[in-house]
Amino acid sequence: MLHQALHLLPTLAAAPPAHADSGAAATPGGQLLMLVPALCVLAALFSALSGPLKIRSKIPGYFSVACLAGAFVAVLLTYLGHESGVKIAHGFEWITFKWGDGPGQALTGNFAFYVDSLTLLWMLFVTGLGALIALYSVEYMADDVGLGYARYFFAFNIFVLSMSCLVMADNLLLLFLGWEGVGLCSYLLIGYFYKKPVAVAAAKKAFIVNRIGDLGLVLGLLATFVAFGTLGYDPLFAMIRAGVDAKGAPIADSWVTDVIPLLLMAGAFGKSAQVFFYVWLPDAMEGPTPVSALIHAATMVTAGVFLIARMYPLYAADDDHMALSLVAWCGAITALWSATIGMSIFDIKRVMGYSTISQLGYMFAGLGLLAPTGAAFHTLTHAFFKATLFLAVGAVMHGFGGQLDLRRLSGVARMRGFGIVGLAMLVGSLNLSGVPGTAGFFSKDMILAQGFSTPASMIEAPQAIAWVLLLTAGLTAYYTFRAFFRVFTGPVEYLPGDDEHLLEHGRHPKGTTLAEWHKQHGHGHGHDHAHTELTGVAARRAHGRKDFDPTTEEFDPHPPGWAINASLVICALLAIAAAALYFVKTPHAEEGGWVGGMIERSSAAFHSPHEFNLLGITSHSAMYLVSALVGLTGIAVAAFLHAPKGWQGLFLGSRDTAATSRADALTPRLGRVARWARAKWYVDELYDWFLVKPLRGIAYVSSWIDKLLVDGLVDAAGALPARVGRVLRPSQSGVLHGYAAGMAGGVALVLLLVLIVLN
Amino acid sequence: MSDALTLAQQGWPAAFPAVTLAHYLFVSAAMFTVGLIGFLTRRNLIIMFLCTELMFQAAGIALVAFGRYHLDFSGQTFVIFILTVAAAEAAMALALVVLLFRKRETLSADEWTEMKG
Repeated sequence: MLHQALHLLPTLAAAPPAHADSGAAATPGGQLLMLVPALCVLAALFSALSGPLKIRSKIPGYFSVACLAGAFVAVLLTYLGHESGVKIAHGFEWITFKWGDGPGQALTGNFAFYVDSLTLLWMLFVTGLGALIALYSVEYMADDVGLGYARYFFAFNIFVLSMSCLVMADNLLLLFLGWEGVGLCSYLLIGYFYKKPVAVAAAKKAFIVNRIGDLGLVLGLLATFVAFGTLGYDPLFAMIRAGVDAKGAPIADSWVTDVIPLLLMAGAFGKSAQVFFYVWLPDAMEGPTPVSALIHAATMVTAGVFLIARMYPLYAADDDHMALSLVAWCGAITALWSATIGMSIFDIKRVMGYSTISQLGYMFAGLGLLAPTGAAFHTLTHAFFKATLFLAVGAVMHGFGGQLDLRRLSGVARMRGFGIVGLAMLVGSLNLSGVPGTAGFFSKDMILAQGFSTPASMIEAPQAIAWVLLLTAGLTAYYTFRAFFRVFTGPVEYLPGDDEHLLEHGRHPKGTTLAEWHKQHGHGHGHDHAHTELTGVAARRAHGRKDFDPTTEEFDPHPPGWAINASLVICALLAIAAAALYFVKTPHAEEGGWVGGMIERSSAAFHSPHEFNLLGITSHSAMYLVSALVGLTGIAVAAFLHAPKGWQGLFLGSRDTAATSRADALTPRLGRVARWARAKWYVDELYDWFLVKPLRGIAYVSSWIDKLLVDGLVDAAGALPARVGRVLRPSQSGVLHGYAAGMAGGVALVLLLVLIVLN
Repeated sequence: MSDALTLAQQGWPAAFPAVTLAHYLFVSAAMFTVGLIGFLTRRNLIIMFLCTELMFQAAGIALVAFGRYHLDFSGQTFVIFILTVAAAEAAMALALVVLLFRKRETLSADEWTEMKG
């Protein structure tokens, strides 16, 4: 069918492919990648069965780690054997709707993989981080060994399965199935602690907000099918490269390149928490932290970036780049917006959540500024350093009974057993802040530099976007190191969080302030040395024990074990090593290093225009200096406002307790701005007033209409026979003779009538 | 009855010329009335059952009489069926009466008013 459609296009043969590699026809191959979904299914089944089989150990966790590592090896082998061009690994015929033999009269969605370097780039970090974070989860979820463990790893593996289908799909239909699959797993894992009402509400919120975006995606898929008569990438890209739709009409200035990208963009923004849709992601932090690291930071939320990168030919085919301008502007605004919230809130995990939204904004801005390489590179580096940050925050949460308030934790890195966590946090923070030499620095630079060199004739006001992003870079550095300085440096102080395990055993001092807690228990600030010596043994003794006696034992921080430390170290090393990728020379691309080569060989290849060149200074070399300066300034401000005295605070800080810092004196002077930012700009309240409340009102009215009108009619239909019955009921006396007399009387009456009639 | 001929047409004699159809019907009606009145007035389940038998047999007499009057076997055939059914029914009805008696230790029909609406 598709080939027939292509034969109908006379212009197709004449049009030269835009890029030699991506223009090459797809060949069969890459069958090894079929192992990835197979291994995920195997691990998911085993995890699911371990519940009913009453396996009360960490075996399902380790099995999942092994399977996911196997999947990573399969991807790695495919990558090593991949030269260029596109291979299609055909699994099986899956979905076919056929209503005719002509072109565009059959909708096919086969289980087949589109293997090009963009797919492989994404798959490498999806499966790699999947295996690493599964290892981390083995220890992190140890309290829930048994049924919860089975549920967790089942959803975890199904997530990797769905994400693989999303990334490797060779058609938009399979991508959509994966897209919904990851949405489901995200829902299941956010709501993992289903006894916590907050977590359940957050799960629902994520699911519902995503559905709104998905409406756009579905409509985009339908529009694609209407315009091109197919959802398979291979024929789709062939037509787009030729600049025509299925009927042979040019697409550059038609609705096709405006409407479809906008609809797909809505789906991407929903999944990647951009502009109006971002509200679900901070709430999603209610899930277990490894889930936040894998799904809500490194992989699933980049699905939107992937979707636009995958469909980049279509976006780029538009003559005025309307959709890309919008993507860039939305990304930049989201980046700035969520950075301001991240600066002011106190929950370190949510700071990371807002930072994820902000960095995703960067990626979208990169896509919109005609720098798909920068966007992909930033996705890759962000995946590693944000996973590192989340895993480090998770280790703190794990150790301090779920404490996340940066005013109640201090000097964590100095405590015994938390050294690796502190170092990993530092690596992640340096990357996120864009300190020169880190991977985050180079990837951010690619986007910023492109912003200053993209001509305004192609994208609306690219320089303005770049300035917004630059400002965001400074804010990012500030809030990242605010969290770092407050929690990881300074005097050792801590107050445990309200984890259920602590509450159950009466070890949590609910309602007490930090000072009262210290007075009561006599340790923490000032007594930390005596205490930290205890941690190793006592914590291990107390942890996970049901017969914990609160009168004789107190709360002890629980330093991370080998699994958490190992995955943290690997993740941090990967985050550092990602910088080297920038300097890898490939024959395929002039810039962007290894990632540049990967993107240049894929369908997302785009020769970014460079206009800026002042006295031999390119925008890249200028940006190296400017963004480094901005990042370091942000860190210095954070150090001045939040860091402790001495070398730990770069000799800028003055903080000597956990709860207060110089910033507290400054905040009131900002007045409403600081207050509103801390209240997350009242966006949730705004949605509540303008969306949730009106909808609830409509639902309320509808429910009354249903109750009164619809139910009323049905009830009336039922009530009528009941009333009639009530009237007639006394005729049934239950007395045998009454019935007999009635019968006799009846017969007599009939006879009388017969007689009268006959006479 | 191979042909569609009645007994009279086949030359059968009338049995008791003095007793006419009206006599039989009178007896039948009288029996039925006695049965009906007995059924309506008595409370003892067994008596009431006997009264229904009485009404039954009254109908049987009427059927036989009409059969003879029309010189047609159908009436008598029908009555034989009625007798068979009545025998079976009597066995069941008496069994029921015994069961009912065991429940309430009485034969009065007034004890059973569960069907009151």
